Amino acid sequence: MFLKTNNDTKFRQLIDITVVDYPENYKRFEVVYLFLSHEFNQRLILKYTIAENEIIPSITSIFSGANWMEREVFDMYGVSFKDHPDLRRILTDYGFEGHPLRKDFPLTGHTEVRYSEDQKKVINEPVKLEQNYRNFDYESPWEGTRYIKEELDNNDKKN
Amino acid sequence: MTKKIKNLNLNFGPQHPAAHGVLRLILELDGEVVEKADPHIGLLHRGTEKLIENKTYMQAVPYFDRLDYVAPMNQEHAFALATEKILEIDVPIRAQYIRVIFCEIGRILSHILNVTTQAMDVGALTPTLWGFEEREKLMGFYERVSGSRLHANYFRAGGVHQDLPQGLEEDIAEFCETFPKIINDLESLLTENRIFKQRNVDIGVVTKQDALDYSFSGVMIRGSGVPWDLRKSQPYDCYEQLDFKIPVGKNGDCYDRYLCRIEEMKESVFIIKQCLSKMEKGPIKSLDGKISPPSKKEIKQSMEALIHHFKLFTEGYRVPKDEIYTAVEAPKGEFGVYLISDGSNKPYKCKIRAPGFSHLQSMDYLIKGHMLADVPAVLGSLDIVFGEVDR
Repeated sequence: MFLKTNNDTKFRQLIDITVVDYPENYKRFEVVYLFLSHEFNQRLILKYTIAENEIIPSITSIFSGANWMEREVFDMYGVSFKDHPDLRRILTDYGFEGHPLRKDFPLTGHTEVRYSEDQKKVINEPVKLEQNYRNFDYESPWEGTRYIKEELDNNDKKN
Repeated sequence: MTKKIKNLNLNFGPQHPAAHGVLRLILELDGEVVEKADPHIGLLHRGTEKLIENKTYMQAVPYFDRLDYVAPMNQEHAFALATEKILEIDVPIRAQYIRVIFCEIGRILSHILNVTTQAMDVGALTPTLWGFEEREKLMGFYERVSGSRLHANYFRAGGVHQDLPQGLEEDIAEFCETFPKIINDLESLLTENRIFKQRNVDIGVVTKQDALDYSFSGVMIRGSGVPWDLRKSQPYDCYEQLDFKIPVGKNGDCYDRYLCRIEEMKESVFIIKQCLSKMEKGPIKSLDGKISPPSKKEIKQSMEALIHHFKLFTEGYRVPKDEIYTAVEAPKGEFGVYLISDGSNKPYKCKIRAPGFSHLQSMDYLIKGHMLADVPAVLGSLDIVFGEVDR
């Protein structure tokens, strides 16, 4: 995992850390590190696959810039980093639950936020779709639109 | 007798005019000296990456306008380049020039905004008024070419959406003649201004090593003396054929970064001029009919074209399974798109690497030991836009 990035190869800069989620695999997360070497004008992509509950070491002690990138990965995918100085959520709302960029997280989310006139505060409610959410997945445009709500109803009937 | 003194915690933002958007900064103060800064971001998080995973490649382009909304086309450029690389299509030379022209216009847009608002943060009002007049003209160019001033949605994989309207080339050329004078005016207000220098020189100093460690890019790293510009080092589109210089700072403070931005605007004007003189008539998007839609005229006459048009705008084009990282030199720094395609008409994953994200995280390091009044100055020179930080 730990390449000596500061020696011969001179990959001195960490560009980004991200994760690709393949829910069908047991080791579902592929952690991707992007490095850049200014001296040799080279980019390096480093990948590392882990399972859902695995913890990987943090690289904040080597690249200070990794701090927020790891926080973002933690927020979006729920991958934990060992020895990270401050692993909090970063992009999502205070008190948010779930990891939005996982493939099994629905696009509409689970909760919606509104200001309640009765309680005089901002409240979270489960998402209610007033109109069908239209999935514009025209794999074949001749077949027309599938509606998520209909699918959900169909699933309910099956169960 | 000793008394325990507790440090004061100050909440800066999220609705603060100098926060450049919706930054919430929790500052720990010892008197007037900042001990610790903890930026809370994400108040403008819209889940762009998730949305892109659910849209076709063509539908994903407008989301890039909404990232760094002061230089929209530079972002589109990164995405267009990434898709083109996977699809392995060539971009006609005229389209390349048009794209470079509009990227440089975006750079000027962004730098004017940054330089002048930073000046406003440290107390100068006039530059903003002068600079915004020019921005208005540039956004007029955006509007004439794409139909909207900000959210252009103009670049496509394989070229641009439509050719320049008549007379636009001449008007951009005219702007290039008048604009350097405005830069000189701005400089006469700021560069040697006593107050501006007091507020910026030796404030927020970044050393070369720290700039590398904190993943800085763009003006932030050039201001610290690293001559690194993706337009030169990893050229894309027709930047190779253009002649321009890279301004590099020496001290890495806010003032050097201001100077870099001013010089870059001058270089941008120079680049636009070269493009205008080199540009020739020709196609403006890829000739591959499976990628770029047919012309309106053809649709009226040919059934085949009509079918292609329908298929392209509903199903979109399919992109072979591959993954790629492409980066462009956006005004703020290295803007990258890490794109994974799975052979379908939608990206499997699209990670957006925003320069502002890495810049903002160094806030704690930059501001430690400075006075409270320096916070807006440093924040201004970081050049952050929350559209891209929060995504």
